[in-house]
Amino acid sequence: MVRLACAAGTALMKYKDYYQTLGVERSASAADIKKAYRKLAHKYHPDISKLANAKEKFQEIGEAYETLKDPEKRAAYDELGSDFHAGQDFRPPPDWGAAHGEQYAAFDDMDLADLFASLSGGRHRAHAGRGHSGHFPIPGQDYEIAADITLEQAAGGTEFEVNLAVPEPGDDGYMRRVPRKFKARIAKGASEGQRLRLPGKGGKGLNGGRDGDLYLIIHLLPHRLFRASGHDLYIDLPLTPWEAALGATVQVPTLHGAVHLKVPAGTRSGQKLRLAKRGLPNPREGIGDLYAIAQIVLPAELSEHERKLLQQMAQGSTYDPRKHFREMAA
Amino acid sequence: VKVALEIIEGLALDGQQAFSLAELEAMSGLTLDELQLLVECQALFPLAQVEAAADQEPAQPRFSAQCLVLARIAARLRKDFDLDANATMVTLQLLKRIQDLENEVLALRAQLPSRVQ
Repeated sequence: MVRLACAAGTALMKYKDYYQTLGVERSASAADIKKAYRKLAHKYHPDISKLANAKEKFQEIGEAYETLKDPEKRAAYDELGSDFHAGQDFRPPPDWGAAHGEQYAAFDDMDLADLFASLSGGRHRAHAGRGHSGHFPIPGQDYEIAADITLEQAAGGTEFEVNLAVPEPGDDGYMRRVPRKFKARIAKGASEGQRLRLPGKGGKGLNGGRDGDLYLIIHLLPHRLFRASGHDLYIDLPLTPWEAALGATVQVPTLHGAVHLKVPAGTRSGQKLRLAKRGLPNPREGIGDLYAIAQIVLPAELSEHERKLLQQMAQGSTYDPRKHFREMAA
Repeated sequence: VKVALEIIEGLALDGQQAFSLAELEAMSGLTLDELQLLVECQALFPLAQVEAAADQEPAQPRFSAQCLVLARIAARLRKDFDLDANATMVTLQLLKRIQDLENEVLALRAQLPSRVQ
């Protein structure tokens, strides 16, 4: 095995208490660790959980389990000592890596996960060295991140800035996190939940393995006025009782400026008025529609004049909206 | 000096893209056998295809981008929960039903006046 002349002991990193993360004692059996992991995974798995911090929590749990489920890594972790508390700065003891069959390369922003990944990386290399070809291809990891964009950005297309730190092998063959920053172009017409694939923008593949992909999951930020459903948009349209009864032409905002909408006489509350092709562009089916949902509203306080007009109407009208109640009772 | 960031074109996973089983295997992390099982239990549907002429080889099945999304979820569930193929399949089917219902709720909620939500 190749030994590297590394700066062991110089890497300062934050201690993570993997036992605490999984909620088990340091003396927990492998079965208890597995049980604790599964219980937490059920709660925080990003494909199942709706909790806001699920992804981060599951990442922490996964990192802890990845180390503690492996007897060799667990022994190496235990050897770091139990005197640290989570978040505390610490340095692995000198020769700690060599004691576990591998030396690691220290780098500035190294963390505990990198340290243990370097241990398994060493095992990969050792294993590969025994094969006929000397190496076997390891595909790079895929990543998924949420891309929060506004409705306006979805309608017009946008560029989303991606900031990632993905593990990559350095010249020495050891994995380290490398920051990557670029922009992903999101074509117009993106909708809630849509995924964009950025081939090769995930983790680097090893030994000729393909690079992983990056997936952006589109999330439309809530809008002050519009609600999106697929490529259609909905907006509340407040109307006065007299506008609804008599009909009116009102101004309605759209994503591309205000338009005039003719409200037909006799419009009911909740009625949907369609403004064709004023929704989000749909790359496959043209443009979605905008629906204005009529809502009949009253002034919070009536003026004396308004009160008199309404009283006049109440006295003069024979309309009974509850006629069917009486018919049922009869 | 401000350096302009590289701009990458995102490929939308929508109805316009279709993948072969081999491509799904490469991109999802599932094996061909596992993918076949998901197809057999109708968790993944191949796209409708034009029938091949009698003297031609039947065309390989193609799958929508939604199938890739589902297959990737299946691969994660299998790995993270240590599930066997059948348990993965059942979980995936239930998740898909939940997702369909959630989409329906979202669509209906968008139609409700905002004060009612």
